[in-house]
Amino acid sequence: MHVPDGFLDAPTSLATGAVAVAAVALSLRGARRELDDRTAPRAGLVATFVFAAQMMNFPVGAGTSGHLMGGALAAVLVGPWTAVLCLSVVLVVQALLMADGGITALGTNITLIGIVTVVVGWAVFVLLRRVLPKRVSMVAPAAAVGGFVSVPVAALVFTALFSVGGNVSVDLGAVLTAMLGWHVVIGVGEAVVTGLVVGSVVATRPDLVHGARPLLEERDLELRPGLVR
Amino acid sequence: MGAGHGHRLHFHGHSPVHRAPAHLKVLALLGFMLVVVATPRQAYAVFALEAAVLLGVVALSRVPLRYLLPRMVVELPFVVFAVLMPFIAHGPRTEVLGVSVSEPGLVAGVALLVKGTIGVLASLTLAATTEPQDLLRGLQRLRAPDLVVQIMGFMVRYLDVVTAELGRMMTALRSRGCDPRSPRHWPVLARSLGALFIRSYERGERVHLAMLARGYDGRLPQADGS
Repeated sequence: MHVPDGFLDAPTSLATGAVAVAAVALSLRGARRELDDRTAPRAGLVATFVFAAQMMNFPVGAGTSGHLMGGALAAVLVGPWTAVLCLSVVLVVQALLMADGGITALGTNITLIGIVTVVVGWAVFVLLRRVLPKRVSMVAPAAAVGGFVSVPVAALVFTALFSVGGNVSVDLGAVLTAMLGWHVVIGVGEAVVTGLVVGSVVATRPDLVHGARPLLEERDLELRPGLVR
Repeated sequence: MGAGHGHRLHFHGHSPVHRAPAHLKVLALLGFMLVVVATPRQAYAVFALEAAVLLGVVALSRVPLRYLLPRMVVELPFVVFAVLMPFIAHGPRTEVLGVSVSEPGLVAGVALLVKGTIGVLASLTLAATTEPQDLLRGLQRLRAPDLVVQIMGFMVRYLDVVTAELGRMMTALRSRGCDPRSPRHWPVLARSLGALFIRSYERGERVHLAMLARGYDGRLPQADGS
């Protein structure tokens, strides 16, 4: 879902570029709170992980395959600010070193994949964390729902951008239906992968999962007489 | 360390395009593509001129087209969209090869195809002629935030390490009868990805400690050209 050059007109591309620059600047300040002076090496390795995870394709049907966007996954694992940074860096590297996504569309791609999926995924996750029972086992399902919602919303924002700067008059209703229908299917894949990955990390290293930290702090240390000899 | 020499798209060479400073190349690519994107969609003479300029740069870089063309498959997904455009757009209809299509849609589809193709070829030329380390230094000169450049540096440095790790995990899974494309094996794949995340994160921690031991104070020392 990387937008190429020429898909949106120049003013729209510049506007999304400005949005992306502002969001990255904000995230730079926020990420220092999440990771302090360890930011650069850890965020760099998380960005590499997101890139590797995006290489895994899952079949969507009709012979095509979608790949993980990873916005919600990164947000739950390392926190939203670091996630925006990591995904933005991944997109810059893909545009400059792999010719994947146009350089004038870089702002659009960062806005859609780096910001919208992270913000939506994290918002849904936090909301669910508040509503669901306060148990660590609830982190993975909440992350899955966040991943599911984030993909169609990104498609929705893309359709909105396309209606503003798309250079051509198409039946917007048809485009919207097609984009939403298609991305709900991709969203299911995103949800399954996000939920399973978060679940497996929560099972082995819950301390690494940013989204699980408030729940871990609430947990009391429990000494069971039968187990302590 | 064995990794980190060049990357998948880099084509070794000593042409003027290879030697040009990376920050100028990035600015040139951005400026060129903004002009291409802003070109009116029926100005075919301008498109031809832009394509000629681009092909001139490619010729100057002495990167063979044989090397670049197969790598242009990245643009395939949106070629599908460009081909669909004449069928879903509004406006007066016209006949092409006996099929009725929308005229503005056809024009937009062709323009999208031309602009996208020029964009992919131009980006490929930058990637083929620029070493990642030069690109990082170029971004630094363009005043990209230090932290972003550092994160990118770590990503570029460990890209091959982490993807090779993923590759080895995949080989191990396949040799045990796992089919990564089948949804039945998603739980296994997801656990591998979870393990990959933990390994990557812990590698980041180790790298950070190793850097502290060598005097890291939040800024990377200025690398000289060597």
